[in-house]
Amino acid sequence: MGRYVIRRLLQMIPVFIGTTFLIFVMVHALGDPVNALFGDRAPDPAVAEKIREQYNLNDPLWLQYLKYMGKLFRWDFGTTFSGQSVTSLLATAFPTTLKLTAVAFTIEVIFGIGLGLLSGLRRGRVADNSVLILTLVVISIPTFVTGYVLQYLVGVKWGAAPATVGDQVTLDRLILPGVVLASVSLAYVARLTRTTVVENVRADYVRTAVAKGLPRRRVVVNHLLRNSLIPVVTFLGTDLGALMGGALVTERIFNIHGVGYYLYQGIVRQNSNTVVGFVTILVIIYLAANLLVDLLYAVLDPRIRYA
Amino acid sequence: MSAVARVRWAVIVATSVALVATGCSSTSSGGGGGGGNANGIVTAWWGDPANPLEPANTNEVNGGAVLDMIYTGLVAYDPKTSKAGNAMAESITSSDQQNWTVKIKPGWKFSDGTPVTAASFVDAWNYGALSTNKQVGSSFFQYIQGYKDVAPTSGSPAAQTMSGLKVVDDTSFTVALSQKFSTWPQTLGYAAYYPLPKSFFTDHAAFLDKPVGNGPYTIAAWTKSQKMQLRPNPDYSGSNKPKNAGIDLKVYTDTNAAYADLQAGNLDVDNGLPNSALKTIQSDLSGRFLNQPAGIIQTISFPLYQSDWSTGNAKLVRQGISMAIDRATITKVVFNNTRTPATDFTSPVLGDSGGYKEGLCGDTCKLNAAKAKQLIQQGGGIPGGQLTISYNADGPHKEWVDAVCNSINNAMGDTKACVGRPVGTFADFRNQVHGKQMTGGFRTGWQMDYPLIQNFLQPVYVTGASSNDSGYSNKAFDAKVSQANGEADAAKAVADYQDAEKMLATDLPAIPLWYQNGTVGWSSRASSVMLNPFSVPVYTEITVK
Amino acid sequence: MPDQEKYNAADPLAEAGTEELEMPSAVENRTFDLGTMEAQSLIKPERLQDHPEAPAADERVEARSLWQDAWRDLRRNPIFIISGLLIVFLIVMAVWPGLFASTDPLKCDLSKSQQGVSSGHPFGYDNQGCDVYARTVYGARASITVGVCATAGAALVGTVMGGLAGFFGGWFDSVVSRIADIFFGIPILLGGLVFLSVVPSQSIWIVVAFIVVLGWPQIARISRGSVITVKQQDYVTAAEALGAGSSRLMVRHILPNAVAPIIVVATIALGTYIALEATLSFLGVGLKPPTVSWGIDISSASDSFRNAPHMLLYPAGALSITVLAFIMLGDAVRDALDPKLR
Repeated sequence: MGRYVIRRLLQMIPVFIGTTFLIFVMVHALGDPVNALFGDRAPDPAVAEKIREQYNLNDPLWLQYLKYMGKLFRWDFGTTFSGQSVTSLLATAFPTTLKLTAVAFTIEVIFGIGLGLLSGLRRGRVADNSVLILTLVVISIPTFVTGYVLQYLVGVKWGAAPATVGDQVTLDRLILPGVVLASVSLAYVARLTRTTVVENVRADYVRTAVAKGLPRRRVVVNHLLRNSLIPVVTFLGTDLGALMGGALVTERIFNIHGVGYYLYQGIVRQNSNTVVGFVTILVIIYLAANLLVDLLYAVLDPRIRYA
Repeated sequence: MSAVARVRWAVIVATSVALVATGCSSTSSGGGGGGGNANGIVTAWWGDPANPLEPANTNEVNGGAVLDMIYTGLVAYDPKTSKAGNAMAESITSSDQQNWTVKIKPGWKFSDGTPVTAASFVDAWNYGALSTNKQVGSSFFQYIQGYKDVAPTSGSPAAQTMSGLKVVDDTSFTVALSQKFSTWPQTLGYAAYYPLPKSFFTDHAAFLDKPVGNGPYTIAAWTKSQKMQLRPNPDYSGSNKPKNAGIDLKVYTDTNAAYADLQAGNLDVDNGLPNSALKTIQSDLSGRFLNQPAGIIQTISFPLYQSDWSTGNAKLVRQGISMAIDRATITKVVFNNTRTPATDFTSPVLGDSGGYKEGLCGDTCKLNAAKAKQLIQQGGGIPGGQLTISYNADGPHKEWVDAVCNSINNAMGDTKACVGRPVGTFADFRNQVHGKQMTGGFRTGWQMDYPLIQNFLQPVYVTGASSNDSGYSNKAFDAKVSQANGEADAAKAVADYQDAEKMLATDLPAIPLWYQNGTVGWSSRASSVMLNPFSVPVYTEITVK
Repeated sequence: MPDQEKYNAADPLAEAGTEELEMPSAVENRTFDLGTMEAQSLIKPERLQDHPEAPAADERVEARSLWQDAWRDLRRNPIFIISGLLIVFLIVMAVWPGLFASTDPLKCDLSKSQQGVSSGHPFGYDNQGCDVYARTVYGARASITVGVCATAGAALVGTVMGGLAGFFGGWFDSVVSRIADIFFGIPILLGGLVFLSVVPSQSIWIVVAFIVVLGWPQIARISRGSVITVKQQDYVTAAEALGAGSSRLMVRHILPNAVAPIIVVATIALGTYIALEATLSFLGVGLKPPTVSWGIDISSASDSFRNAPHMLLYPAGALSITVLAFIMLGDAVRDALDPKLR
């Protein structure tokens, strides 16, 4: 197991290099970012040239990448076009997004698995169909609509919760955005749980457990749920990273200065320092989440072994 | 520990981590956020500035709004009439419209206590023009003699300062321009011409963290990309002293988020209103909403550098397209009357004496579907068979471009005569415009730098000018503008500019669409909210309960 | 936690952490299965009556392949028939929209913007004054093409890659999983801007290809996890011991048992891909006008839901029905593949 973990950690190095290079190339494929700094005006050629020099934009791509990586290893992520260091952006954005993700993830886990279990055990009945309808609503109405509707109703019309988050990233302000962010993933988790529960409810160990006269609750939680969780855990692992990097819509609606928002700004302004910096950290989180999921497999199903 | 217990333990840990991560900060006080604090401080919408906050390095409205609060230039524009009047300048005089003497008022101070002298201006302008300082507004100094030495088109600058700028004494300096420019003093209210304190040059990094100026406000605190707190400058010598206890600018990720905060009473002043809010805003805010003309005109430009758009026939086609656009309905339905159909190439904020002339464009800018179709057919149809209108998809343009296209399609009786062509980012869009890669129409807009008719014509339509995106080149037009620039009499100058403008109305390098208004909404605790002609709130006048 | 430990000691399955403790064999499984009917107390009893001939069919199971069996089951499942009819209906609408709507979806009159129902226009008008009914009908083609093709592509690539990775493990697993990680790292917006602006074609297949490229890693993860679980099952071990080759093991034993989570994720992904197309269009890199799609209409309606909710309701409703049809289909297929339900 220890060797397995070490091997997985070592594999992060090529992924890290591969991703940063790919993102670097992609940002550059978008074209020259300097003209946009001058707004609707044609850039002064002398000034534009000097700005390109500052960001190494005149070097061949591989040299730019090497220069960037060289600085990265000294923990220098470069600056944005507005002169702010990317390190300071990372330091404000990641804690904010971590909090939002924690709220959304908690909602997703508790309600997703809960609803899935309910609908799997009550297959074909009202509860099951209600969960199905909820799933359909969540999938077919895009996040930006649910976000605006909830913000308008809860935050503005009823005044029940703060309408936006802003610079006060507190739990009560994050619940509404957390629900919006979790909604689509919640649909996945509920459907996945339902399906595996339906499959496993007929499994032999459940029958054995019931036959032995174990209390229903114990059968459901210790036997049924535990064995049904592998696909759900896999999904949750992939979703953790997606929640952090893909919260753009939610972050914009609720004025959260987080990873998704800065990443969007970096992409639209074509600043490779910002984009590569944020994606680098995100990829590390994806990799860690994957490793965790693979280790959880062994916990959930002891027959799975890692050498 | 058994496997089951381990899982259970892991879940408990994960949940408590989540709660700690979010719960910990919930005890931190939430005093400063939003409105509701009764200390006379106004909270206002803000967007993150695109460039570092330096006067000559700011070319967009968010950075500009702050610079206007913390600096006072030689001249300032009246928020109501847009007339330029002396602010820090005692006088700006010239006998030949080319060599100017500037005298400044004595006794003014920067908020760090150092005096504002003639050198504060000259040093700042030289800094702004020098190409190695990478200031995006450097071209504002192009009319000053010696500009080409400090910002050559290629290579290193031959000089560090412009030969046209000379300090005479502490309160006066002279400026030699490279050409006659009678209205030059009236351009000096623009942010690039603000003075800079000594500390700007001695400790640049500290200045960028907290810029120092001579304006009505000083920056008390600035959390970059989150919020900025401005407080009245106790040493301010100007007449427009703040009537509030300060302004807190909050950076919003999205205009809709700001509008939600405004409705919920967490924001006092919002001049970044989203289009979608305009339909309901009167009832949402019980009339606390202002919609007034601003110095912005929207146009559709054409690539006159493409052979099929530069012909005489293509001119007829452009006239036809212009007559096919139902400006009245689009401004009413899509923009809820926050735009006014354009009938010339300037803006109503200039006023009649300033050069605005209603109806200068004539029938060409009026809807006439039958004539439109006839003109387009007479011109041999739309080059390429289909008109594309390019726009940057990261801005709020899709809806009106689609509406313009539908308007053209209806006139032509062909649902595919015109389509919108989104370009992913503004940067990519500008690269295509700048690189002369357009093959059809594309959106262009002009926000004035200073309220002069010259600013609507010279930078946009003179041959090779910095914002001449269509590649328009007409010697007669260039000569007329140049003649107007040298005209000492204001009324005569305006008449010359308008003669030049009439050439645009026939050549139609760009189709005028509509004049853009400035809009602002405010909370029930704010009053005396108004907008200047640049669609920025006059922050000093706002009061809160 | 003494209670916990006592319980574990009493239940050999809960601590079946050692490979020495052999699970009952596949054959025993079946008898055991039939012998403990009282265990059905967890499941609602009517379910068994839904399949009255299940025990009879059991006799013939060995003679037929699992896939043939599944197909036989499917044909009798009313859920399958309903969902199948719905899908046929949607496909007909996508192929011949003219059968359902006589109005041109591109003919718009701005002065009718956001107006409600009027004669000949049962769904009212959108922002641009176009007929919502015609746009909903004509939008089916682009949206269903994107949804179905992108899902099929992502599911195929994801299942194959993830399945092989889970089955073989080792270096192959490492390579596939790490490639998937790299793809995960690409932000959709950046990927979309680059991919769709570098490829200037306006074809719908470019959008489909893009969604497949970004979508497969998720399905690969799910199928890898699922295959890893199924691989440990006794019937697989038994089949392996009986000398079944890799391909036979995968197709006959592992795939049918591992496919359920893939079906679930794919059917929901179908809906999210249609919505993703909307997001891409919104960003200016997806389908371009004059293409009509539900996604484009949903995103342009989202701003106006307070003034004109009907603009959102109809395209979103059409999207829901499509997703519902495929979720039902997925459920039916899953049931048919589950031998325990037979």
